[in-house]
Amino acid sequence: MQAIDFVAPTSVDEAISALAAGSGMARPLSGGTDLIAQLQEGRLALDTVVDLKRIPELMAISINSDGLTLGASVSCHSINNSQAIRDAYPALIDSTHLIGGTQIQGRASLGGNLCNSSPAADSIPNLIAHSVTCHIAGPSGRRTVPVEEFCTAPGRNVLENGEFLVALEFPAPPANFGAAYLRFIPRNEMDIAVVGAGASVVLSDDGSTIQSARVSIGAVAPTPLFVQEAGDALAGQPVSEETLAKAADLARDAARPISDMRGTIPQRKHLSGVLTQRALRIAIDRARGTKTVDELGRLNGHG
Amino acid sequence: MASTKQNGTANLAANGRNGYKVIGTRPVRPDGVDKVTGRAIYAADVQMTGLLHGHVLRSPHAHARIRSIDTSKAEALPGVRAIVTAADLPVAEDKIEDLGEGAINLKYLSDNILAHEKALYHGHAVAGVAAVNPHIAEEAAALIEVDYEPLPPVMTVDDALADDAPILLETLRTDSMGEIGSEQTNLASFFRHQRGDLEAGFADAELVVDRTFRTETVHQGYIEPHAATAMYSADGQITIWTSTQGSFAVRGQVCEILQIPVSRLKVVPTEIGGGFGGKINVYVEPVAVLLSQKAGHEPVKIVMSRADVLAATGPTSGSNIRVKIGVDSKGKISAALAELFYEAGAYPGSPVGAAANVSLAPYAIDNLQVDGYDIIVNRPRSAAYRAPGGTNVAFAVESVVDELAEELGMDPAEFRILNGAKENDRRPDGVQYARIGQIETVEAIKESEHYRSPLEGNYRGRGIASGYWNNWGGQSSATAVLNPDGTVNLNEASTDIGGTRASIAMQLAEAMDIDYEQVKARVVDTDTVSYNDVTGGSRTTFATGLAAYNLGQQLKKEMKRRLAEHWDVERSEVSYEDGVFSAGDESLPFVEAAGLVQREEPLMASSTVHPQDFGPGFSTQCVDVEVDPETGKITILRYTIAQDVGKAIHPSYVEGQMQGGVAQGIGWAINEEYIYDDEGHLLNASLLDYRMPTALDLPMIDTIMVEVPHPAHPYGVRGVGEVNIVPPAGAVANAVYQATGVRMDKLPISPANLLEAMWAKQAEDAAEPVPGDD
Repeated sequence: MQAIDFVAPTSVDEAISALAAGSGMARPLSGGTDLIAQLQEGRLALDTVVDLKRIPELMAISINSDGLTLGASVSCHSINNSQAIRDAYPALIDSTHLIGGTQIQGRASLGGNLCNSSPAADSIPNLIAHSVTCHIAGPSGRRTVPVEEFCTAPGRNVLENGEFLVALEFPAPPANFGAAYLRFIPRNEMDIAVVGAGASVVLSDDGSTIQSARVSIGAVAPTPLFVQEAGDALAGQPVSEETLAKAADLARDAARPISDMRGTIPQRKHLSGVLTQRALRIAIDRARGTKTVDELGRLNGHG
Repeated sequence: MASTKQNGTANLAANGRNGYKVIGTRPVRPDGVDKVTGRAIYAADVQMTGLLHGHVLRSPHAHARIRSIDTSKAEALPGVRAIVTAADLPVAEDKIEDLGEGAINLKYLSDNILAHEKALYHGHAVAGVAAVNPHIAEEAAALIEVDYEPLPPVMTVDDALADDAPILLETLRTDSMGEIGSEQTNLASFFRHQRGDLEAGFADAELVVDRTFRTETVHQGYIEPHAATAMYSADGQITIWTSTQGSFAVRGQVCEILQIPVSRLKVVPTEIGGGFGGKINVYVEPVAVLLSQKAGHEPVKIVMSRADVLAATGPTSGSNIRVKIGVDSKGKISAALAELFYEAGAYPGSPVGAAANVSLAPYAIDNLQVDGYDIIVNRPRSAAYRAPGGTNVAFAVESVVDELAEELGMDPAEFRILNGAKENDRRPDGVQYARIGQIETVEAIKESEHYRSPLEGNYRGRGIASGYWNNWGGQSSATAVLNPDGTVNLNEASTDIGGTRASIAMQLAEAMDIDYEQVKARVVDTDTVSYNDVTGGSRTTFATGLAAYNLGQQLKKEMKRRLAEHWDVERSEVSYEDGVFSAGDESLPFVEAAGLVQREEPLMASSTVHPQDFGPGFSTQCVDVEVDPETGKITILRYTIAQDVGKAIHPSYVEGQMQGGVAQGIGWAINEEYIYDDEGHLLNASLLDYRMPTALDLPMIDTIMVEVPHPAHPYGVRGVGEVNIVPPAGAVANAVYQATGVRMDKLPISPANLLEAMWAKQAEDAAEPVPGDD
């Protein structure tokens, strides 16, 4: 690994200048849990890293009746420790508890996980289920992108040269909202998802009907997939295993995985359906208030 | 809960330890404080003034001819101090040498250190660089230009034995029971063990099960990567600090590879973070020596990365195995055939010979045949791994045994008792057993609370399996120095991997009737004691322990002689009991005697041993699993291991060995495998994707120590380190069958493989399309 410059700006504007000065060989750094490993393994060559963690906006957690604005560099550990987030978005913890072990969670951020843009990222299907909007800053100013449109290919996304992610905006959860993220791994920890599935539902007040739903699956395409047709098929339907099975079939049909060392095509297509159905069950239980975050943590092997 | 089953003839003393004072207790290990405080010096911790850092350039191809190597750009990089390639190694001959761990062809040994004409696996070392820091060394390695001519890779038994298979080693000829073939080949050797009348045995059989199996390459997975520091002094004396299972094995290999006399090389063993057989072969040590010499006699340290460890060290063989067993109407085995095809990696020497011995060892069989094939492929040269070759073949045999028991409607434990090997029965290769404890281990499982308790729930199943390992004696040397304060310095050369400093010191303390705390055990370098074989083959507590016992006898005898002179009595009048010497009215506690007998002359003892009559070990294990029918993922619910441990010197370390072997065996059974692409590139050279079990993947592993004392050791010691890894894959496979109705014919039983097998069974059962296959 070669020597590289390290810059730690304290404002978004300074960060934009620092990235521009790097002339294409500069990259932003949050927790660095992906970036530093890529540098050490020679998968990435840079001359400058721009640490974003001293910029207050990137480290802020702002939660009110309009929703949550989460600084892109906020660590998973800070999210896990925020009672306000746990109360309003309990399903978000499904991802922040899964990403790495305790030490990694002290550094790793949801913004970093999104910008690394792995098809198998454990936060992205969950962010899609939560209808998150990405706030981006760069030399041409600020813009927003729906999270399901953020990733464009493995390791690639909509960020232009010199742009970086500032924050993730979560809408306020409607009444009777529930969500969940599940992944399948061969071991019980320290693994990359073979398939991941995020799901959210809004139920009728009596909990019997699905008013709307969102389904997203990971590790089954070049980018995390937003399976809009699965959510559409659930809208207006009664809560039943039959309904969920239909959505699971649509997710399975939407998956277009490859075979690699972490899974085969038939296995991944099959698991897309299994995990979608299981994630929907948990999301419904949560919407009805019958299952807690901690129970789900145990389901995910992180109890 | 751990429990101990007492057997044999020794009288049971009130303290429950067969009358021993030290043996059977659980004292603190001498290396414990340094290890838990992080002060222990492992190989990568070695530091010295002027230290240079080495880096090894490795082949990106699985099979390629090396046309040329140009190091000029790398040499020109500031900070680079030396570069070596195979051209710097002495020309190695096709010569067979026995370096204490089996015979080895020196040319193959040398070629594996730095590739000569051909690179034979992805990760094969091609050149070494020494520089003032690791970053420059790595950068320089990337500047070395190697001109490769890629050749088609040969990755499996089937590839290697195909009619038009590319040839890996042009001079290799098949050694077929001593007869050397004339054709170029990838089949290094073939052997056959047979006895009785196989055809008649199968003709007599009421029921025959004939199955074939496949197991994948797996790695030992020691947590400490290989690392070595070498100092080639200007006077020609060489020192190597390294993490190894055998400092003398390192000395032997390095001296042969570099063609230097053993007197010029001292090997200093550091603490070791696991070996499991994989830290016997040398890898970076000769490269570090060459670099130190070429860099102007500066010390050079090379630390392997995890990726290098997985790509270029270890692993143990993948295999194709056929097992055919016939039984008569009463369930007695009438004939058995096993065909073992083992992948040796790039050079001959798979553990197929040991596997043949393991194959049918737990059973008494009159008519049998075992064929072994040692086959080279473009994978790393295979190394020993805990009961080498045993897990593969036991998976196959124990699966067939389970199927036979089921077909017969017999309890699988009963089947193993009915057919169990005992004293005077013979191993597949003909070796006759002395007193062994196979049947006792099956009985221990059969009587265990685990086996007798019901297992309820869908997709849950219970399986059992047995296994054998021959263990080893080997050569050991040790000295003991009596200090005037009544303590004893015990100097021995057996690398301490599993608590052997403690288990050896305990035997010296027992022999001398002193406290364990009075013995200071240390592992010394190759200049300090005489030759000592590796810590391997489950031999150390047995053989080095025997040397320690001898030291105790010698010291006691000499102390008595000197006290007899001092007291002016006949030697026979001096007795020693309960730590006190006495003769007539005279008496002296050990501590005071230690000072008195050394007023005129110091006292030390030395012992060298080479015991041939080591005792084999057997183990039977029981596992409960639950399978997620939608994902194919196995959860290990409960595990119990019974093992014949001879006599447990330090029971905690014996239990640790039993649990460790099972943990590794479970990993082998359910997730571990080398994954290659079509060009022979290793894809999963990281602990992220080479999936060893984590703490969350294993339940508590309950141990039942069955003590059938080994008659040829003063304290009844048998090796305990290896047999425990032999049964797990078979036991898990049998449990998975009970849970799912699927008999797995390959390892690992990973979620993907099990899901596929369950789909195939569903399709077979219902003639329905395979889910997900669209």
